[in-house]
Amino acid sequence: MSIAVIDYGAGNLRSVVRALQRIGASLEVTSDPDVVVAAPAVVLPGVGATRDTMQSLERLELVAAIHDSIARGTPFLGICVGMQVLCDQSEEFGLHPCLGIVGGAVRRLPSDLKVPQIGWNQVCYTPHAAQHPLFSGIEDGSDFYFVHSYYCDLTDARDVAATTTYGLSFPSALIHGNLAAVQFHPEKSGRCGLQLLTNFVRWAGVA
Amino acid sequence: MPNRLNAVARHNNGWLEALPEKHMLKRRIIPCLDVKAGRVVKGVAFLNHRDAGDPVELAAAYDAGGADELVFYDITASSDERDIMVDVVERTAAQVFIPLTVGGGLRTVDDMYRMLRAGADKVSINTAAVLNPQLIEEGARRFGSQCIVLSIDARRVNTPDEPPRWQVFTHTGRNPRPTGLDAIEWARRGVESGAGEIVINSMDADGVGGGYDLDLLRAIADVVSVPVIASGGVGSPEHMYAGLVEGRADAVLAASIFHFGAYTIQDVKRYLAERGVPVRV
Repeated sequence: MSIAVIDYGAGNLRSVVRALQRIGASLEVTSDPDVVVAAPAVVLPGVGATRDTMQSLERLELVAAIHDSIARGTPFLGICVGMQVLCDQSEEFGLHPCLGIVGGAVRRLPSDLKVPQIGWNQVCYTPHAAQHPLFSGIEDGSDFYFVHSYYCDLTDARDVAATTTYGLSFPSALIHGNLAAVQFHPEKSGRCGLQLLTNFVRWAGVA
Repeated sequence: MPNRLNAVARHNNGWLEALPEKHMLKRRIIPCLDVKAGRVVKGVAFLNHRDAGDPVELAAAYDAGGADELVFYDITASSDERDIMVDVVERTAAQVFIPLTVGGGLRTVDDMYRMLRAGADKVSINTAAVLNPQLIEEGARRFGSQCIVLSIDARRVNTPDEPPRWQVFTHTGRNPRPTGLDAIEWARRGVESGAGEIVINSMDADGVGGGYDLDLLRAIADVVSVPVIASGGVGSPEHMYAGLVEGRADAVLAASIFHFGAYTIQDVKRYLAERGVPVRV
């Protein structure tokens, strides 16, 4: 049983694949909606803009497959733009709808700091998520590698699993039932990143 | 200008940690390895390594030692040897999971693509961008600004009684060639064209170990909205501190200070953390 890593042309696809291979995960890179729906776990990578990502997902008829997969309770991990597109809508290059799986809007980071945020920043767990298996063995406040100009302004505080401060405090991880997503790049975050991916694979029961 | 380094709090494990008001984005420490035909030039003496010349093994060692990113600088001459670099990048990316930048000899968007496809996260361009400024824009459009690092070699050209002025040089190894470009203006243009980060290498300080040109760093930081990485001339953690705090750099790139074992990355990070500079520990 392999994790489906969704291939829609994301720039970090290969890095995510390499990191999952490194931790010994069995995976299949796919853009086939049927494979995504049938997979025991799904990873949605992402770099770039939400609008391009939504257009690619629509063109490949993956939107319904992602909805189905998450509705079935399949463990799901969104990374960076793969987190952002889960929200209702995005303000990037004009307001446009996203997948609408979690309540929230994708907004630009405040411009009084350098945008994009590039580098290692601290990820602080919210009290209700601190014991979640996704964070097992990773100290609260650990640094992860970020590259992004936009963030998810989530509607329901219960969805926020971790926050990071860059001009403002924004959700850097979300957990909503079987759905997990992170704004940072675990595939580029050294030991902590590999641990988080390992935790996801174990949580998904596909280790 | 927000004060990046204000209150300092003591962590329970003895580390000191800065608490900037706006963010905890860390200042990055980036070792740079010069690679020729698949081997690290001059070797690296900081560890009793089985193979002190293997870039893959050294990259893994630097990752384990706390490097925040890595740079491979390809000083290879021939195109055959460039294929070797692609292989080195592939093998590194399969086992090192921190950001990797590859620079040296990248002249076209296709050259960039080969390195990014092999597993580099960013490509660094220098002379090729001076000769063909469109390369920055083409690369940024195709791969995103976050992938494109503009590296600038600059030297002071003002007389002592003039205000400071720096000129961009190319071919800095053997025969530095002046370009007529003003370094500050070139950095500004580079970012306008889509460069996502700027590396500033002061030729006056490079290899001398006397520290970064702080005036140059500040002058660049004042005009660009992207991270500035200080390079060249660092001989001690004090120099790195000055580059990050007085020079307002976001990251420091260094080679010999680490390679020859004078300091470990953790030595530098401890020094910086004790003085309130946020670093990843």
